[in-house]
Amino acid sequence: NKDLFVLTYGALVAQLCKDYEKDEDVNKYLDKMGYSIGTRLVEDFLARSCVRRCHSYSEITDIIAQVAFKMYLGITPSVTCNNPSRTEFSLILDKNPLAEFVEELPAGRSSLCYCNLLCGIIRGALEMVHLAADVTFLQDRLKGDRVTEIGITFLKKLDEKKYRRKK
Amino acid sequence: RWTVVGRMADAALFEFLHMEMVAELWSHHSDPGPGGQKMSLSVLEGMGFRVGQALGERLPQETLAFREELDVLKFLCKDLWVAVFQKQMDSLRTNHQGTYVLQDNSFPLLIRMASGPQYLEEAPKFLAFTCGLLRGTLSTLGIKSLVTASVASLPTCE
Repeated sequence: NKDLFVLTYGALVAQLCKDYEKDEDVNKYLDKMGYSIGTRLVEDFLARSCVRRCHSYSEITDIIAQVAFKMYLGITPSVTCNNPSRTEFSLILDKNPLAEFVEELPAGRSSLCYCNLLCGIIRGALEMVHLAADVTFLQDRLKGDRVTEIGITFLKKLDEKKYRRKK
Repeated sequence: RWTVVGRMADAALFEFLHMEMVAELWSHHSDPGPGGQKMSLSVLEGMGFRVGQALGERLPQETLAFREELDVLKFLCKDLWVAVFQKQMDSLRTNHQGTYVLQDNSFPLLIRMASGPQYLEEAPKFLAFTCGLLRGTLSTLGIKSLVTASVASLPTCE
């Protein structure tokens, strides 16, 4: 029941807004919680899917968009590559299931990254398979942008010999 | 280890979120005194209440025309529990005077906890949200209630 997750997430964000006055603090906590969830979710994901070994960041990003997002959130963001060395990517969501019941950000919360949990989850999951990445929101429909865009920047050059995907 | 293989992916996602919420909110709201624990439990219960209300508001209209209180409880044990936890409640008992005991022998949010007696102390944290959820749904159905949970042996709770 996806509603349960989405509603619970909303209650969590509301609670964090009560606990922290500054948007940056709420964003930070959502990211931190997401990171922790991501480090465990990746095992769950690998157990459920039969992903083969990846040889490029672009394959990994495709799997995040087409397999993981589909499996857990029921949507498939589109993927774009943002630099010639193929280490920076964007996931473009025109529909954001986490914000399904949210029409606009709460008053006085214009810097809130409502879905920051997602960035943390992706970052935590990647780190568990030995990939360091920065993951942030580049565009956010809740802030008036046309789409919601998550940017993933892989930080280290992928060394094929050392890279092993966890079973 | 944290695997939830055998359950649907989106159920797993909720369970991971719930686990993280218990851990995170616990560390924010608890202070060493006994009052601290109660605060954390009530924060979790309050969040569950909001979610329960929202879930209640999304119920199809027919379900809102319950004739008797017992029908509502049966609905909670079957339809709501299946919608939320993909299983039915294992038993429902009542004293026919307004008290009901719902028992789940393998409550999904407790399943991953090891079953030694030292873990029993931790169990209330994992039940607070769900108690709130039940209270919230009941409230949408027009019933004021007090919902408490107890665990005698993991992963059974009532």
